[in-house]
Amino acid sequence: MPTVSMTVNGKSVSRDIEDRTLLVEFLRDHLGLTGTHVGCDTSQCGACVVHIDGKSVKSCTMLAVQAEGVTVTTIEGLATDGKLHPMQEAFREHHGLQCGFCTPGMVMSAVDLVKRHPNPSEETIRHGLEGNICRCTGYHNIVRAVQAAATNMRG
Amino acid sequence: MSDTGIGAAVRRKEDFRFLTGKGHYTDDINRPGQAYAYFLRSPHAFARIRKIDTAAAKAAPGVIAVYTGADTNAAKVGSLPCGWVVTGKSGEPHKAPAHPPLAVDTVRYVGDHVAVVIAESRAQAKDAAEKIAVDYDVLKPVISVTDAAKPGAPQVHADVPGNICYDWEIGDKAATDAAFAKATHVTKLDLVNNRLIPNAMEPRAAICEYDSGVDSYTCFVTNQNPHVLKLILCAFVLGLSESKLRVVAPDVGGGFGSKIYCYAEETVLLWASKHVGRPIKWAAERSESFLSDAHGRDHVTHAELALDKDGKFLGFRVATLANVGSYLSTFATAVPSYLYATLLAGQYTTPAIHAEVKTVFTNTAPVDAYRGAGRPEATYVLERIVEVAARETGIDRAEIRRRNFVPPDAFPYQTPVALAYDSGNYAAALDLALKHADYKGFAARKVEAEKRGRLRGIGLSCYIEACGIAPSAVVGALGAGVGLWESGQVRFNPTGSVTIHTGAHSHGQGHETTFAQLVSDTLGVPIENIEVVHGDTDKVPFGMGTYGSRSLAVGGSAIMRACDKIITKGKKIAAHLMEAAVEDVEFSKGVFKVSGTDKNVSMQQVAFTAYVPHNYPEGLEPGLDETAFYDPLNFTFPAGTHVAQAEIDPQTGVTEVVNWVAVDDFGNVINPLIVEGQVHGGIAQGIGQALLEGCVYDPESGQLLTGSFMDYCMPRADDLPSFKVDTTKTPCPHNPLGVKGCGEAGAIAAPPALINAVTDALGIMHMEMPATREKVWRAARSGPLKRAAE
Ligand code: FES
Ligand code: FES
Repeated sequence: MPTVSMTVNGKSVSRDIEDRTLLVEFLRDHLGLTGTHVGCDTSQCGACVVHIDGKSVKSCTMLAVQAEGVTVTTIEGLATDGKLHPMQEAFREHHGLQCGFCTPGMVMSAVDLVKRHPNPSEETIRHGLEGNICRCTGYHNIVRAVQAAATNMRG
Repeated sequence: MSDTGIGAAVRRKEDFRFLTGKGHYTDDINRPGQAYAYFLRSPHAFARIRKIDTAAAKAAPGVIAVYTGADTNAAKVGSLPCGWVVTGKSGEPHKAPAHPPLAVDTVRYVGDHVAVVIAESRAQAKDAAEKIAVDYDVLKPVISVTDAAKPGAPQVHADVPGNICYDWEIGDKAATDAAFAKATHVTKLDLVNNRLIPNAMEPRAAICEYDSGVDSYTCFVTNQNPHVLKLILCAFVLGLSESKLRVVAPDVGGGFGSKIYCYAEETVLLWASKHVGRPIKWAAERSESFLSDAHGRDHVTHAELALDKDGKFLGFRVATLANVGSYLSTFATAVPSYLYATLLAGQYTTPAIHAEVKTVFTNTAPVDAYRGAGRPEATYVLERIVEVAARETGIDRAEIRRRNFVPPDAFPYQTPVALAYDSGNYAAALDLALKHADYKGFAARKVEAEKRGRLRGIGLSCYIEACGIAPSAVVGALGAGVGLWESGQVRFNPTGSVTIHTGAHSHGQGHETTFAQLVSDTLGVPIENIEVVHGDTDKVPFGMGTYGSRSLAVGGSAIMRACDKIITKGKKIAAHLMEAAVEDVEFSKGVFKVSGTDKNVSMQQVAFTAYVPHNYPEGLEPGLDETAFYDPLNFTFPAGTHVAQAEIDPQTGVTEVVNWVAVDDFGNVINPLIVEGQVHGGIAQGIGQALLEGCVYDPESGQLLTGSFMDYCMPRADDLPSFKVDTTKTPCPHNPLGVKGCGEAGAIAAPPALINAVTDALGIMHMEMPATREKVWRAARSGPLKRAAE
């Protein structure tokens, strides 16, 4: 079994794993970080999005061994000192979540989107979140949340 | 209104855990020593099983056990039941063929359960399943509902002649025939309500365990009604005492109907957990969800509407074939009958209606309730044919509807198809919707769009639905196997905080907030001191779960009744503390007062006294914890108008939904933020059905062709517009909150609104859903010709 080491939410971790272990399985099953979800088996839904070295990545689409040495941030690592990230805060304020299952991936994708487009139009947001499926919200409030978060993140 | 009380847009209490990754969905839960299950599924739509050889699988690394239908059969694991008996025209109950959780000698759809492997890891279970050798004798399947209803069709079940589950009718046939004889115009329409796959984002999952010390079971499961699941598993399938099973439906990632039912997987896991002596976990891969979650819709309908010279509807005649799939899912029989044909009056005064429904078995996954369940199918038939009638008669589409509305002074209104509408003002919603959509300006917008090379269309849908399921005596008379009341328990803790137990189940609806608002407002307890507990049969007295937009109307009403009991008891305690007569004590905003004086005690003081009854009324029980069961007096009938505007690019067939107006009458609204969210989500699913989604099986082989998100088109953010959502209000007169129900409205209203807009843009009478780019492109190319021919 290969050993894989990386930094997850600021902590160094190292585990012996089966070669075929996906990054999302590593996070959920080996590290107990169950905030990252699995919604599909074809890399389509985005429930599993985390940040790797600051960029959003579908963690079901990557083997854990490919993540050797990287820095991973999951939804559990987004809030700092118990204070929600502006994106999390905006999702709450604008009712951008219902069942909450797509939410971790949606929030992680949205954070990266706003980093790349600090002042995104509605179209940019809708296009940018095309890789995250939400069955509950109809996206309307997610778009509002991302717009509001972008404003707040610009300060 | 306080900022956390009834009517306030309170931000949701449950969001913090979901936003920080701290939700507890079933697959997030792990039990010490758990093993993992993988189900081997049928690759064939229809086949006899000659032989299953599990030896190699049993010998594979990590494997603990392999079971097949022979094992569950020998152990007398029962058939999965259907909980609603529909009696057909002949007076016979529906046909209910056996539904074994693991196939015994025949598989009847691709994805049917053949064997379960239990192993030390998920991967080992899956690897071992590949080593099971099944010898199949492949049979010719029957896939479409029209094929299955034909004479000579392959027989899905030997004991169901002609594949007919039931042949049922409602309404007065003779009166309807007479109405057609008087008509000056008859509009006819054939239409299909496309089969859908629900696809809640959380795939189904379960963990089951057996505790030999106390001889009892626990089942964590993705489910919308844990108590009913427990009842079914205990009383009908496994023969257990109900006191021996705890069902927990923790955080559930969406349901939309698909998680109401009792499925094979949790049944088999529960049974196997005792044999294996370990907790067993299973989580569906999305491919398995596609194959084996209960699907929705799948109707083929012929409809005829009779009108007089002024466009008044005289009669409505409907014949529907509905696909129930290979086996009956838990509520499969009720959906195309009582939840469908009873809504065919819509918002209109049509005096004579007759509907016939045949439900048919096919070699496809079971079909059951999906968001709206029967009501979207009814609304689609009605709002499409009304639109076609308007086009044929030349009466404006809004005007023809208005002429036929049940007037606001006609409530309660008895329809010819069993239901009695409670309240409504349909013209008010229509007018407001037309105003928001700038209906008058549409013609100019169409011209402007044409200059840009776009075809613009507008479509209306005036829908009604029956929510708040349901008065127990009524559904009992119609064949339901359960009562559909709800329970609510309001428990004060000694220091004045409150725990609410509800039998409703939240899987996105925000009950933890809405129900807390009710109690905060009613009992004057700060909302942050209120917790809502649901989804655990060991904690909640009993409950019927969440579906049919019932949680607030029925579950919320039960909580209100429990609050009444709290106040009644609290008054006795307060009277004693204030040395006053009980009749003189008033309660408002968390304070008990002697009327006409400034003597008062707080709710908190009363709660404390109830638990520390040192100075207490004689003969009164200590404690402040009240439970109420609420059985609704009637369904409740939200209604409204949606207006869709779409623009089509004839070069590419791309339909862009450019404007959406929804005006809904939900009665009183407790939390407008949550209600709007429910409407948005419903519209998105409705637009999905109209433009994108469609479950396709290969008609020859029965293979599911739309078995992943690559092939089944889910609505994504860039497929949808923002929505203009507004409400009108006629409170429900028969429940204590005056609320109706909002969970399904969007999914019901949206499909006909959008198809009406698309066909308006193309200048054609009808197009089947989903109106894909290809279909639209072809129609746009042949449109003018077709229009000339019509
Ligand atoms: S789990 Fe669906 S994209 Fe990763
Ligand atoms: S909130 Fe349920 S899937 Fe997005």
